[in-house]
Amino acid sequence: MTSTILIRAAAMTDGSRSDILVRDGIVAELGGGLSATGATVIDADGLIALPGLVDLHTHLREPGYEQSETVLGGSRAAAAGGFTAVHAMANTSPVADTAGVVEQVKALGDAAGYVTVRPVGAVTVGLAGTQLAEIGAMASSRARVRVFSDDGKCVSDPLLMRRALEYVTTIDGVVAQHAQEPRLTEGAQMNEGTVSGELGLPGWPAVAEEAIIARDVLLAQHVGARLHVCHVSTAGSVEVVRWAKARGIHVTAEVTPHHLMLTDELVRSYDARFKVNPPLRREEDVLALRAGLADGTIDIVATDHAPHPEESKDCEWDVAAMGMIGLESALSVVHSAMVETGLLDWAGVARVLSSTPARIGGLAGYDRGIAVGAPAELTLYDPAASRLFGTADLRGSAVNSPFLDRSLPGRILTTVHAGYPTVLDGELVDVDTVARSAGATRG
Amino acid sequence: MRHLLSTRDLDRATAIEILDVAEDMADVQQRAVRKLPTLRGRTVVNLFFEDSTRTRISFEAAAKRLSADVINFSAKGSSVSKGESLKDTAQTLAAIGADAVVIRHPASGAPQVLAQSAWIEAGIVNAGDGTHEHPTQGLLDAFTIRRRIHGDAARGRDLDGIRVTIVGDILHSRVARSNVWLLSSLGAEVHLVAPATLMPVGVGSWPATRGYDLDEALATKPDVVMMLRVQAERMSAAFFPTAREYSRYWGLDDRRFAMLGAGSMVMHPGPMNRGLEISSRAADSAKSTVLEQVANGVSVRMAVLYLVLSGEKGETP
Repeated sequence: MTSTILIRAAAMTDGSRSDILVRDGIVAELGGGLSATGATVIDADGLIALPGLVDLHTHLREPGYEQSETVLGGSRAAAAGGFTAVHAMANTSPVADTAGVVEQVKALGDAAGYVTVRPVGAVTVGLAGTQLAEIGAMASSRARVRVFSDDGKCVSDPLLMRRALEYVTTIDGVVAQHAQEPRLTEGAQMNEGTVSGELGLPGWPAVAEEAIIARDVLLAQHVGARLHVCHVSTAGSVEVVRWAKARGIHVTAEVTPHHLMLTDELVRSYDARFKVNPPLRREEDVLALRAGLADGTIDIVATDHAPHPEESKDCEWDVAAMGMIGLESALSVVHSAMVETGLLDWAGVARVLSSTPARIGGLAGYDRGIAVGAPAELTLYDPAASRLFGTADLRGSAVNSPFLDRSLPGRILTTVHAGYPTVLDGELVDVDTVARSAGATRG
Repeated sequence: MRHLLSTRDLDRATAIEILDVAEDMADVQQRAVRKLPTLRGRTVVNLFFEDSTRTRISFEAAAKRLSADVINFSAKGSSVSKGESLKDTAQTLAAIGADAVVIRHPASGAPQVLAQSAWIEAGIVNAGDGTHEHPTQGLLDAFTIRRRIHGDAARGRDLDGIRVTIVGDILHSRVARSNVWLLSSLGAEVHLVAPATLMPVGVGSWPATRGYDLDEALATKPDVVMMLRVQAERMSAAFFPTAREYSRYWGLDDRRFAMLGAGSMVMHPGPMNRGLEISSRAADSAKSTVLEQVANGVSVRMAVLYLVLSGEKGETP
């Protein structure tokens, strides 16, 4: 059951208007006045056609933490947010440190069919930071893992980090580092600064992130490896990455939507929805991160979508879980923080949310964007819409969004993945239809 | 006053009102029968997630002298230590019919979370939360300073121009935080003295001046020297090398005590480490307000419970 979809008069990221004909899983034709018999016709007048969004940093929680989220639930949240591919972090139970686990996660993603699920492999066994995981086995498994990360924990041992960077080079992969010096952040509850001092919460100092990034870029230079830095959150980190790039070091960096918009002032409420790691920082940091993303120092936006059940947030701050969800709101937040401020145009949004994360993750098919012959991975976005973001806008299992009750611009109306729709008229296509479409695509 | 969560959100007029009501409560303490019928039929729960016998019995005495029914709920050895959440505990207390909850909790912000939640309608009084605030301690300290200086003419007065030096572990002290906000909004000039390791990041934005040198601070003859308790576990975390070194530089020993001006006072929130942050001579001197602080604590907590349970517009007794 392959779909033929004719999208009429969409605004492309280069400013032109075009029809888009999707057939047999690829973009078959672009241009004006296209026609196709039997096609599902979508009127995209006033809508922007963006290439399918790619998240390099997603927590799907399965296997092991299904009370927080499942591969299916997280995939639905992703599709609703305009994503067509996500990279599922390794901190599951069991940890994704063997070929078996990454193949299981990929199989669950394939069966759900809403997005391409690319498992991330652990750098060290059990995320324990002492022994390298079987990186080669995961790379050559059916999951074809290319991104390795102990995310949630830092590979803090400098020798182990050096070895990981070197070893991953042999399979053309990349280590994605969660930069957090563990001793400097023992018991840390929020950004260390004026607000933590007043609130009496143990601080997470910026230097704990910046020191690890500085060490790692020098290691990457020394061994000639590629390094990816997860969720950069401070102005100082932007400076370190900028310095490293100027020296020709192969480093890429991501920023989360929440770090582009929210500050530690929100912690004054002690509302645990704002508890996240790395923590929300100061206004100066938010502005530096935006500038870094605009000038290319920071390569991509990645959500760090971290679902938690309600009981993990409905409690006192100290015992609440760290993390917030972001897939459903990511594009609207980037629109608000980067496009409405004039820092990024829509081609830039496509770069930081689609082509570059796909390149870093070693995911084929996204390098040319929406182009004839390219896989049909795209989303249609209404930039004129505006909404009070609420739980009704969430499509996964979790509701721990920091953007609830905030006015956000834009709305996803259609998402097409592998040539079939996963979102139509702003609503998710049902589970059975998507699973059937995915099955037909696999053949 | 719906809740008392912090002194940071108390304006000067409200703070003075609380202190004035506490004066009325202190007058009652001079009578032969020290009990008022004001809160008869109301239920006050002392919800203590940390051991603190001193603070709990002070609140218990305050509530009982206002004729409230008092329930002491110690989290140690209860369902809470078996993993019950704050939410379930709060809902249980609501179901029992608590009118006010006095909460002591190791997590900063727990009283605010309780007050903002839909779990319980009762008035919330913060009896110390983590390293955040201990507002009734701040109020009883302000009350003690005002009484020492103005005596029976204290009602309606602020602390304009009074110079207060707070010494010790500012970083981990909820007492210091509550005092900085409250004393400064009452007009006092607050000076903080501590080793740099025990000064919070961002302290530069607080309404207080700062220094590292206690001798230099005492040479300016402050009206009040407030010594904070030093926890032994700070040593193992490298905040300072040894207790001896701490005491040598930041302890109110006999030599420093002799530097104090004639009308000055020495305060300590208790319990004291005699010989570490304060010498016995200083603690037991006429300048020491330590026992007045304990006595005044009951009057101030009576005032707070009265104001929380009777509403802002209530008549004073």
